[in-house]
Amino acid sequence: MRIERKVKYEEELDGNFLTEIKDMSGCREIDGCIQCGTCSSSCPMAVYMDHPPRKIIAMIKNGFRDEALRSFTIWLCPSCYTCQVRCPAKIKITDVMYALKRLAIQQKVYPSRFAIPVLDREMSHLIARYGRNSELWLILRLYLKSRHPLAMLKMAPLGLKLMKTGRMSLRRESIKNRKQLRSIVNAVREGAR
Amino acid sequence: MNQYAYYPGCSMKGNSRHYEESILPVFREVGLPLEELDDWNCCGATAYFSVDDMLAAAICGRNLSLAEQINRDIIAPCAGCYLTLRKSNDFLTGPHPKASKILSDLKNAGCEYHGTVGVKHPLEVLKSDVGFDKIKALVRRKLGGWKVACYYGCQLVRPYTDFDDPDYPTSLDALMAAAGAHPVDYAGKTRCCGGSLTGTIEEVGLRLNYILLKEAKRKGADCMVTICPLCQFNLEVTQAKIARTFRDDVGMPILYFSQVLGLAFGIEKKELGFSRSIIPLKPLWEKLGNGGSR
Repeated sequence: MRIERKVKYEEELDGNFLTEIKDMSGCREIDGCIQCGTCSSSCPMAVYMDHPPRKIIAMIKNGFRDEALRSFTIWLCPSCYTCQVRCPAKIKITDVMYALKRLAIQQKVYPSRFAIPVLDREMSHLIARYGRNSELWLILRLYLKSRHPLAMLKMAPLGLKLMKTGRMSLRRESIKNRKQLRSIVNAVREGAR
Repeated sequence: MNQYAYYPGCSMKGNSRHYEESILPVFREVGLPLEELDDWNCCGATAYFSVDDMLAAAICGRNLSLAEQINRDIIAPCAGCYLTLRKSNDFLTGPHPKASKILSDLKNAGCEYHGTVGVKHPLEVLKSDVGFDKIKALVRRKLGGWKVACYYGCQLVRPYTDFDDPDYPTSLDALMAAAGAHPVDYAGKTRCCGGSLTGTIEEVGLRLNYILLKEAKRKGADCMVTICPLCQFNLEVTQAKIARTFRDDVGMPILYFSQVLGLAFGIEKKELGFSRSIIPLKPLWEKLGNGGSR
């Protein structure tokens, strides 16, 4: 058994974390949290989380940057907005989770080959490039980048059922005016720099 | 009555083409034929907000601009598309300091946007533009007492709560009743199906969907009725695995509300995409009596 200190000293916390999050879209109201726990008790995913949503909010307010960004909680949020519509302090909790996901992706602090951020990134790539998502291509890329390629075989029965009912297309979808989309994407990316 | 530009999104062209196949004739029947928005691009769903929220708003801005150019509001049958487009619309027309920069990027690419487009889900249009009385008047075929569990999922009723209640919505139940089906009192109606988690963390997806399916069965539903492609997909394709994992074969047909509505309107069964169901629909047809022919 390894004995470790379980409490962080104040100097180890990130005093700017709250301000940084508050400047991100939808996160303005986070100060108003009264730690009532309505979010945690409403969350359909809370039983799987390492830290329930209430604790994540407390972590942000108190500068526990690493703990919040490395938490599985942010990835388990399926954006069902239940906590958000119930929050008495009107905190846009789903948007706060999105903000944490973006920071974690930017700073690459999620477990490598972890399927959820891989899916988010791959889908965004496909859309920025072709303007359209193609379900089969997305699944292929997800499997290549997050699982053992042979795991695809397990999906074969479902794939066959979808093929048989005409619900899976092999085509790569694309919009006509990719040039226009590209110029929008480039301009927004430039502006963010 | 408003004219709408139909925004399919990726699913309606992929795994949920039976949603498209049924919603188009239904809207023709109610006198609002849907024309597809030309060269629409994907909305980005929950993925893009997790990666880059400014780009997420910008790519939706292109769709909003395309609709504005032809002077139409958008109708989006996928709850994910509906929310994403609406949320981006609010962002682009709101006070956020970066919104004007994105609008000018859009303008430079030939996608000027002035914020005049509304985004609606077909259920909302059927409720407010058409009205359930008119729906009732269009019913030509009895549904044989089908008991349906109306499943709204997340993103149609949240975070925007102006169209129905976020916890206990009733519009789909009222629509199904108008069509002649019998909605059961379904407690799971707005409980999350897990969204894309079903494809990424299987255990989570299986359990959430099992809870939903079992509750529908417990209430005696003959089928579940959905308004979102991802909900439909999750509830249907997880059943085989649920049967193995929890040793419980629920066998619950998962239909789109537009398929049930089309059937009630007397539209030919084969025109409503029922053949794309993975779960056998035989019990439903038996209950319907005459095999579902007009």
